[in-house]
Amino acid sequence: MSGYEARFAVWRGDADGGGLEDFRVEVHEGEVVLDVVHRLQATQAPDLAVRWNCKAGKCGSCSAEINGRPRLMCMTRMSVFDREETVTVTPLRAFPVVRDLVTDVGFNYRKAREIPAFVPPAGLAPGEYRMMQRDVDRSQEFRKCIECFLCQDTCHVVRDHEENRTAFAGPRFLMRVAELDMHPLDAAGESGLDRRRTAQEEHGLGYCNITKCCTEVCPEGIRITDNALVPLKERAVDSKYDPLVWLGSRIRRRPSP
Amino acid sequence: MTAVERQEWDVVVVGAGGAGLRAAIEARERGARTAVICKSLFGKAHTVMAEGGIAAAMANANEHDTWQVHFRDTLRGGKFLNQWRMAELHAREAPDRVWELETWGALFDRTEDGRISQRNFGGHEYPRLAHVGDRTGLELIRTLQQRIVALQQQDHRETGDHESRLKVFQECTVTRILKNGDRVSGVFAYERESGRFFVLQAPAVVLATGGIGKSFQVTSNSWEYTGDGHALALLAGASLLNMEFVQFHPTGMVWPPSVKGILVTESVRGDGGVLRNSDGRRFMFDYVPDVFREKYAESEEEADRWYEDPDRNRRPPELLPRDEVARAINAEVKAGRGSPHGGVFLDVSTRMPAEVVKRRLPSMYHQFKELADVDITAEAMEVGPTCHYVMGGVAVDSDTAAAHGVAGLFAAGEVAGGMHGSNRLGGNSLSDLLVFGRRAGLHAAGYAADHARVPVEDAQVSAASAEALRPFSAGAGETAGATGATAAEPGPPENPYALHRELQQTMNDLVGIIRREEEMMQALHRLAALRVRVRRAGVEGHRQFNPGWHLALDLRNMLLVSECVARAALERTESRGGHTREDHPGMDRTWRAVNLLCRLTGRADDGPVRGPAGDGDPLPGAIELVRETTDPIRPDLLALFDKEELVKYLADEELYE
Repeated sequence: MSGYEARFAVWRGDADGGGLEDFRVEVHEGEVVLDVVHRLQATQAPDLAVRWNCKAGKCGSCSAEINGRPRLMCMTRMSVFDREETVTVTPLRAFPVVRDLVTDVGFNYRKAREIPAFVPPAGLAPGEYRMMQRDVDRSQEFRKCIECFLCQDTCHVVRDHEENRTAFAGPRFLMRVAELDMHPLDAAGESGLDRRRTAQEEHGLGYCNITKCCTEVCPEGIRITDNALVPLKERAVDSKYDPLVWLGSRIRRRPSP
Repeated sequence: MTAVERQEWDVVVVGAGGAGLRAAIEARERGARTAVICKSLFGKAHTVMAEGGIAAAMANANEHDTWQVHFRDTLRGGKFLNQWRMAELHAREAPDRVWELETWGALFDRTEDGRISQRNFGGHEYPRLAHVGDRTGLELIRTLQQRIVALQQQDHRETGDHESRLKVFQECTVTRILKNGDRVSGVFAYERESGRFFVLQAPAVVLATGGIGKSFQVTSNSWEYTGDGHALALLAGASLLNMEFVQFHPTGMVWPPSVKGILVTESVRGDGGVLRNSDGRRFMFDYVPDVFREKYAESEEEADRWYEDPDRNRRPPELLPRDEVARAINAEVKAGRGSPHGGVFLDVSTRMPAEVVKRRLPSMYHQFKELADVDITAEAMEVGPTCHYVMGGVAVDSDTAAAHGVAGLFAAGEVAGGMHGSNRLGGNSLSDLLVFGRRAGLHAAGYAADHARVPVEDAQVSAASAEALRPFSAGAGETAGATGATAAEPGPPENPYALHRELQQTMNDLVGIIRREEEMMQALHRLAALRVRVRRAGVEGHRQFNPGWHLALDLRNMLLVSECVARAALERTESRGGHTREDHPGMDRTWRAVNLLCRLTGRADDGPVRGPAGDGDPLPGAIELVRETTDPIRPDLLALFDKEELVKYLADEELYE
């Protein structure tokens, strides 16, 4: 495949407003959207604001919406687009724009602070922890999270309902609660903290109606809904009835193709 | 100029990767009000890219492992140039630093009996790397990040404010360390989002800014790696140690071009992957150097048996230290036995079942599938060397991480020199971050408790502001002349992206993996010319989240550091670890006891371009070199090695003292 000239439409502006700006830009073999954005910076728009870091899908910095779909720019190959089609890159819609493709993701950092930390077990010194692989597998899946916040961006509880933001932690941080709840040595219970109850009462688990949008956009392939949120709902049901648990368990039990 | 906001802290940590966060946790726990400043969002630092693991002699996988064996491996890997006391502290303390992470919620992969699993890696005698699949760095950074949040939650309960004792200033860049006399008085920084300037006043500053890879074209490093801490230390009057030693990781992706340089973890080889050339030959058997000959397998059969029975077989040569493997790959490609895209083949597909590959190397599987359309469970990867790590760095005290020569300045992690000698072993970086991050935080907090803040001088703040604003007046040099030395150079404005590309090309081509005297001389001339042009780097737009401006400011740092690398590499007329001279191919025992220190000459950053020897100097530059003799290795540590081995490294007078 040789190089070609692609059409790009990139949202440019700031908190006061902005719009799509059209570009014609060279694309080479094997490139990803982030490469093209960098070429725009180097050749046509030196002050085009974009966050990025590792360019290998490991840090979760370059989140944006590409043709309306939340994605990492560094993991979106140009070869998935038709050469004639205009590739539209816009900032994450659920968060306030700072400038161009950069948004204020402070919401996520505030939510992170609301989740009580891991509680180390009393009576076990460092080096004495013993855990079986099968018991850490579940939490390890959630710890693959690179905090790209695409799930937070796409979750319509947050995306379409500004008023839910106070009460709802979003999939990433409900998954964090699930991760700690499933940690084999977390001693929250012993310290009087009921993670399942707080998921429901303090972090808004009940708002989640398991549409799995979060799972679909996760670049790490974490099964957020099936493995974190639904089980958390099931565990939470002891203290509070949630009608969606019933539906969740039905969905989970569907035979895999 | 509007007044620049000032805040008062006890300890300021620059950088929020593994070392910075560990330093901040320690300083805060010791009672110091601690600020962390980082260029990216909190939790995105380059540490997330570390894949293989954390080296620590916990002896979970092989009961014979001890800190002494780890120390010995580290010195062999660094070809005995390591600051031995650092290597000793590192090997002794690494297990505690790993276990401590578990108490903060980290979840490592487990052994059958529920302890932390440990994997094999190049240069390590026993399986030693605590790991989480191939995303260990992410686990490390997330655990430290969550520990910081836990401390902030505690502070919130006690003071009503999450940030009363520990605050992260994310997406901010430090451009100057401020000093009052010989002592650190704080830092000057700007907020990337708004372009707003601010000053944090503090008696103690910890540099934890990582490395310098962005000065090279093919690198595994992220944009952050512009040598900021190295340059800040130089500009503050500190020295950089042994900057010629740059690690080229043997296995970076080579295709497609846009991902060239992205890391392919050494775990691929640690878990059984082999390197082959275009003839299908496992060529590493042809490249075992004399100093390692007795420790590596001589046949494929023996090498393959080692994975199951390491006590009775020797390890495969694919697991030689990184410098050896990188040179071998380079030589194979040069000899015409490379892969179609200019690398060699790294194969796991014929070595283990697809399911095992996916389980043990999930992100490599994902990375090749997504970015190169290669299914590593079915075909070989193409790999080649990529600039990965700098062994050189700020000259520090081994025990306290205090920078030599600047009171109140500390450095830890990749930005600090000495620990890894001439070549770092895989897995020793994450442990280095934890061990010396903690030590830097501890001693910075102690220093801050004993020393009051000293006032920040207004003139320094004005000068730093003017320097940071210079890119906006590029090309206006003639009219701005009245404002003095910080005004832009006369001449047309330069594009910072183009300047960066030229710098990367220069370093890659002329000071890369194999070095020659003429080429490095040429590099120094080009760097001198670039330095003049960088002063005219101009930007469009305004200060709000303007990447062109950010790059224009980072160029100063990249140029200073590049000159250090080139100058030191020209000076050291031998080949050792991450420094290979084609014109001086052998390792020279008399060089083992020599450290090369880089210091700033005169008013180098702002003054006229000139060489260390004055205007007539044929190699004009900002850096001068000083030779220093290394401390003799403590006898009980030397006694860990056989005499026959020491003879290969140490000069005769060192041996018989």
